[in-house]
Amino acid sequence: MKFIKTTCLTLALAAAFFSSCNKPAETAAPATVEASVKPQKMADALFAVMKGTRTAYTKHVIKYLGKTKKILKPHEQWEDKENGVMLPAQMFRYGRDLAMEQNPGFTYSLQSEWPINKQNAPKTPMEKDGLKFIGANPGKNFYGTEDLGGKKFYTAVYPDVAVSDACIDCHNDHKDSPRTDFIMGEVMGGVVIRIPMN
Amino acid sequence: MKTLIPILAWLALSAMASIFFGNELLNEELKPNFLPNETSHGHYQIELKCNACHTPNMGIKENACLDCHQQDLKDGQDSHPATKFNDPRNFEMVQNLDGRKCITCHSEHVPHSTSKMGLTLPSDFCMECHQDIGEERESHKGLDFTSCATAGCHNYHDNRALYEDFLVEHYGEDPHLHTASEISINKKIAKNKQLFEHDSPELPNPQILHDWSSTAHAAAGVNCRDCHQSEENTAWTDKVPLETCQNCHQTQTDSFKQGRHGMRLDVGLPAMKVGDARLEMKVQAAHREVNCISCHNDHRFNLRTAAMDACLKCHNDAHSLNYKKSPHYTYWRIDSEMQEFNKGVSCATCHMPRIKKNGKVIVDHNQNNNLRPNEKMIRSACMKCHGLEFSINALADPELIKHNFNKAPSKKIKSLEWAKQRE
Repeated sequence: MKFIKTTCLTLALAAAFFSSCNKPAETAAPATVEASVKPQKMADALFAVMKGTRTAYTKHVIKYLGKTKKILKPHEQWEDKENGVMLPAQMFRYGRDLAMEQNPGFTYSLQSEWPINKQNAPKTPMEKDGLKFIGANPGKNFYGTEDLGGKKFYTAVYPDVAVSDACIDCHNDHKDSPRTDFIMGEVMGGVVIRIPMN
Repeated sequence: MKTLIPILAWLALSAMASIFFGNELLNEELKPNFLPNETSHGHYQIELKCNACHTPNMGIKENACLDCHQQDLKDGQDSHPATKFNDPRNFEMVQNLDGRKCITCHSEHVPHSTSKMGLTLPSDFCMECHQDIGEERESHKGLDFTSCATAGCHNYHDNRALYEDFLVEHYGEDPHLHTASEISINKKIAKNKQLFEHDSPELPNPQILHDWSSTAHAAAGVNCRDCHQSEENTAWTDKVPLETCQNCHQTQTDSFKQGRHGMRLDVGLPAMKVGDARLEMKVQAAHREVNCISCHNDHRFNLRTAAMDACLKCHNDAHSLNYKKSPHYTYWRIDSEMQEFNKGVSCATCHMPRIKKNGKVIVDHNQNNNLRPNEKMIRSACMKCHGLEFSINALADPELIKHNFNKAPSKKIKSLEWAKQRE
C-alpha cells in the first residue's frame, strides 16, 4: 500500500513538473494588457505621413524645381527624359511599392472613379462606397471593415484633392482619362488604407 | 540463431543500401540520377547544386528566384511585380493567376510543359486578367491571347521598349538611323605607371612579352606578378584564377557570373565546359573551359577578338554561322581594316552591349541579360543604329534571326501604328 502511495505521489509530482515545464511562459506570468492603437488612429497617422510627404514633393520638387526654376522636367515617362522626374502620383506609387517590399502588414493605394489606368478604379464594394462618399462629402473621410479573401480588414478612404496644376493638367489632357474637367481643390480620387484586423 | 540470421541479413542490406545511395548523393557525377526530371534551358547548368534553389528538405527556398533575378527585374521596371498581387484588393486576380510567386509561371523539372522563357503556363495566360482588352481597344478585338507576348507587342516583365508612349515617340523612324559605333571604353592608362620591364622570374616567350607590352595592362602598370603570383604563398603560378581578374574587373566578373557562361561559378560549381552547352557547339571546342581568358586571349586581351572571333570558336548554331554572311559583319570587317576600333557590329555589340552606368562605361558580360525575350535587345543594341519599328519587326522574325539579319525584315508588327492611331 505504501509502495502504491509513494508511486502515485511520485507520478503526480512528475506530471506537475512536466506540465509546468511545457506551459508557455506568458501564461505563467501575470496577465498584462498590451497597449494597442485603434485602427482608425493608425490609418489617420499613416495618411498624415503620406499626405505630408507627397505635398512636400509636389511643392518643393515639382513646383519649385520643375515649374519655377525649370531645373527638372516632371513627366510620366521621366526615366526616358533628360532631367526627368516622376509625377507626384507616381512618387506616391513608387514609395508604396518600396514600402510593400518590407511587408509592413498594411496596404495602401491611390484610386479614383475616373482613373487614367483602369487598374486604379475602385474594385471592392467598400472602395466604391468610400470613393463616392468622399466625393459627396468634402473634407470627410470614410471608414469601415470588409472581408477580402477570407480575411477581415479595417479600410479607410481619404480624399485626394487637386493641389497643383500638375495634377489637373495631366488628368485633363491625358488620352486615357475618363474626365477632362477637373478643377483646383476638387476631389480627384482617394487614398485607400487597409489594415488587417487579426 | 533462427532470429539472428534475418537481423544480420537486414543489417547487411541496410548497410549496402546506405553505401549505394550515399555514394550517389555525394558523388557529383552520379547526382543527376536524383533529378526528378530534366531542368529548363536557363537552369540546367546549376541543376546539380540543389541547394541553390532548394531547402534541405527539398522545399523551395523563399528567395530562390530573386537571389539571382531580382536586379534584372528591377532594371527592367517589372510591369507585374509581386507587390501588385499582394494587395488584398486584388485577391480575386490572385485566384486566377498567383503572380505573387515566380513558380506560378516558371516551374522547374517539368520539361514537357516548359516553353520559351521557361514558361510553364499555357501561353494565353494574359487572358486571366485582361479578357476585356478587346472591348477597351478596338485594335485588339478578336486577337488571340497566345499572340500577346509572341509578336513583339508585350512582355510580362520588361516593357521598356514596348510601352505606348515610347512607340509613339519613335513612330516613323528610318530603318537605319546611325552608323554602327560603340561608346569608347575608359581605359585606365597612367603614363607615370607605364611599364617597360617585366618582373617574370624567367625570360618569357617573346610573343607573350610582345603581347603584354602592347596592352593596356602594361600601360596601366600591371606586371607579370600582379596576375601570376599565388595569393597564398606569393609563389609564381602559370594558371591565373578568375579571382585575380576579379580584383580589378569586379563589375565585369559579376555580370559574367550572372550569365550562362559563368553561372556555375556563382553557385560554387566548377567552370562550364563548352561540351556542357545545350546549344550547338563546335566539337573541337568541347573540352574548353569558359573563363575570362577563353574569350580574352591571355596576354593580348584584344577586344576585337573577344567581341567576335572568340564566340565563333565555340558557337556552331545557324545564327552564329551565318554572321559572316551578314551586313553586320561587312561593317565590322571594313571598320577593322580601317582601324576603327569602336565601330562595326560584332556578336558583343548585340549580346554584350556597352552600357553607361553611374558615369562609367561597362561591358555587360551577362550575355543573357538582353536575350530573352529578345525585345529586351531593342534599346540596348538595335536602336543604337536602327529605328524602333525596323528593330521590332526584325526581332519578331525567327527565320531572319536564324539567317543573322541578312536582309530587311518582311514581318510587320502593327503595335506602332495602333499606338499612333490612339494618340
